[in-house]
Amino acid sequence: MSVETTKQVSDEHPMEHLLRMDRIPHIWCSTCGLGTTVRALAEALEQLEIDHDKVAVVSGIGCTGRVAGYLKLDSFHTTHGRAVPFAMGLHIARPDMKVIVFSGDGDLVSIGGNHFIHTARRNIDITVICVNNFIYAMTGGQVAPTTPIRARSKTTPYGNYETPFNIPLLAASSGAVYVARWTALHVRRMAMSFAEAISKRGFSLVEVIAPCSTLYARLNKLGTGLSLMKFYHDNSEIRHGADLNDIAIDYQSKIVVGKFLDVEKPTYLDALNHHNAGIFGDKYKPYGGGNGSD
Amino acid sequence: MAFWRTPLDIDKLKIPKGELHIIKERCKGCGFCVEYCPKGVLQLSDEFNSKGYHPPEVVKPEECVNCDLCEVLCPDFAIYCVRIEEEEEEVDN
Amino acid sequence: MKADPQNVLTGAHYLDGNYAIAEGAIAAGCKFFAGYPITPSTEIAERVSRRFPLIGGIFVQMEDELASMAAILGASWGGKKSMSCTSGPGFSLMMENFGLGIMLETPCVLVNVQRGGPSTGLPTLPGQADMMQARWGSHGDYEVIALAPDSPQEGFELTIHAFNLSEKYRMPVLLMTDECVGHMTEKVIIPPPEEIELIERRYTDKKPGEAWPYQENELISPMLPVGEGYKFHITGLTHDYRGYPVINAEAQAENVDRLMAKVKENVDDLTWLEEKDVEDAEVVVVSYGISSRVVQPAIAKAREEGIKVGQIKMVTVWPFPEKRIRELAGKVKALIMVEMNYGQVYLEMDRCAAGRCETYICGHAGGTVHDPGSVYSTIKDAVK
Ligand code: SF4
Ligand code: SF4
Ligand code: SF4
Repeated sequence: MSVETTKQVSDEHPMEHLLRMDRIPHIWCSTCGLGTTVRALAEALEQLEIDHDKVAVVSGIGCTGRVAGYLKLDSFHTTHGRAVPFAMGLHIARPDMKVIVFSGDGDLVSIGGNHFIHTARRNIDITVICVNNFIYAMTGGQVAPTTPIRARSKTTPYGNYETPFNIPLLAASSGAVYVARWTALHVRRMAMSFAEAISKRGFSLVEVIAPCSTLYARLNKLGTGLSLMKFYHDNSEIRHGADLNDIAIDYQSKIVVGKFLDVEKPTYLDALNHHNAGIFGDKYKPYGGGNGSD
Repeated sequence: MAFWRTPLDIDKLKIPKGELHIIKERCKGCGFCVEYCPKGVLQLSDEFNSKGYHPPEVVKPEECVNCDLCEVLCPDFAIYCVRIEEEEEEVDN
Repeated sequence: MKADPQNVLTGAHYLDGNYAIAEGAIAAGCKFFAGYPITPSTEIAERVSRRFPLIGGIFVQMEDELASMAAILGASWGGKKSMSCTSGPGFSLMMENFGLGIMLETPCVLVNVQRGGPSTGLPTLPGQADMMQARWGSHGDYEVIALAPDSPQEGFELTIHAFNLSEKYRMPVLLMTDECVGHMTEKVIIPPPEEIELIERRYTDKKPGEAWPYQENELISPMLPVGEGYKFHITGLTHDYRGYPVINAEAQAENVDRLMAKVKENVDDLTWLEEKDVEDAEVVVVSYGISSRVVQPAIAKAREEGIKVGQIKMVTVWPFPEKRIRELAGKVKALIMVEMNYGQVYLEMDRCAAGRCETYICGHAGGTVHDPGSVYSTIKDAVK
């Protein structure tokens, strides 16, 4: 039945060196967008031509929280909501490394919301990838702080009536220096944004709108993850530099995507070193980390 | 399409060709690759893998332009495309 | 290894307990401190923030205690000796990631300068009522190491000891002090750096690709450094030696048993008791931290009256010195626990006595140290 040009399991997928192949297949459902997002990060890491030994990924809890377990990098699967402060500690101890937080909307802006805004405020030099699937998926489909108004979840069986967060606006107003949003369908632009965000000095955020087929799509009778991908295709609008006040997401409405913010600001460690050098003069040695043996 | 001019050197441009590799056991039959292949190269097969999904099959191998879109969209790292080198192509032809 | 001279303020100082703890941490090589202000612990953070800039340390005042505990774990994996300090309400918040620290086997030190509880309780007055929270505060089964200093001098010394134990056993270590020790000012002798023995982190000697975060059949595995190509994974989920999640009862037993065995199999090494007049005693007063100083006048008075009273000070409270207490229970008439709560560590003592002697709790709700009179009358009751 298979055509001549197809080959079997012995083949090596080009991203295998960045994946923990001993843990693949992953746990995510069919037509879930998470795998595509992971693939885009792998693509970005390839594009960047950086030493992958010097990249760490930190996740919290949830379906997206499992990402850390599949990437072949120094990877940390932490507690619910605390990926960002854990990553902050890791970054400060090893400022020579690129620290990427890869987690979900509930993890990052609900239980971890306070850490998210304060880490952005301090302009800690980490990259946060927030996969937003509008729902708590791992626990079975409850309302999230990102669930659009009217959307159903297991705890809003008659529809949601709470105003959701506009994550790019939240990040930008808290102090992030790089903010972008893509959908899981915009794989190439997403990978490009990931690469830019990782290279950016300071707190960078990329929100990825991704299909949760098993819960969000099913509970809202929106079809499969593929149906949501088609929806993104028909309803997303690329608007770089958009006014962040205009990009809130309503139920099954237009999704504005693009790079919204890319500015320069001193990072936390820049500010610390600059300030202390002013206070202590030559006595102060700029803090640059090292491997802890100092 | 009317807005686009035809490249002057169109006769010299070579459209790349790709060879598809499908790791059927990893596939979860989401159909992303099938839906977004710009050339309609793939379709979901009737075959089942051991997880009970229908992996894609290549129906128009000669149409593949090695754009890799199927590969980058696949959430399960189950499909990828390798460029067919010209010499090889000539030999094949 | 010896302490780094740039970190050690050798000499005789007049310091309060909180400052002494900060100096202990710095002498131990702590280079990352994340904390959130809370009375009566804040002076530790203040001292560290003042001392750190010129010795290459980083102090971050976090948004809350949840973040503080998470950040010190991240920094520890990044290779820094790291710590935080707090008091009751913050300790409650830190219990979440304290559990993660236990699960990931992450060296770090957490100081609780205890005040009266529950809830906001008595922010400015002492208590010892977080002792059971220290033991069981995070969910799940695990063992802890908790030390209790009775003075600023011990605050300095035990903080160094806490860092050493955390590296040796690859786990977070608790320093359970209280408002009274934290705010009492006494002479503190800081020895020269060459007299301060430090245990440094043990890293794997295996090459990337051959090493796992938890080596098979090893009780305490050397750590893997980040950024060196090991590309390891660690998780708060139940995991195998590779650090990969495994969700079943066998993996759970293996994982949890080993976490507990690290402490259980080393109780003798961890136990640190100071005993006085115990050999001929018919009654032994057991206590820890500031309470072990407050009991002394009462014991002296009873001994003057010819009552054979001995004293045990527990420097290490957890793991509990089960063996010694069992031994004594067979010899003495009564054991008395004196602590600023209604009998938390007492429960352990009573369990170990197992009915072989009388046990008494001399406790109260906190807010002040014991009146030696109450300890004296408990001794009198015990010999009646
Ligand atoms: S529950 Fe939703 S988010 Fe989680 S793996 Fe399944 S589709 Fe993806
Ligand atoms: S490489 Fe492009 S053209 Fe070829 S099958 Fe994949 S999507 Fe279609
Ligand atoms: S995109 Fe991947 S998982 Fe989905 S059908 Fe194609 S090969 Fe299978």
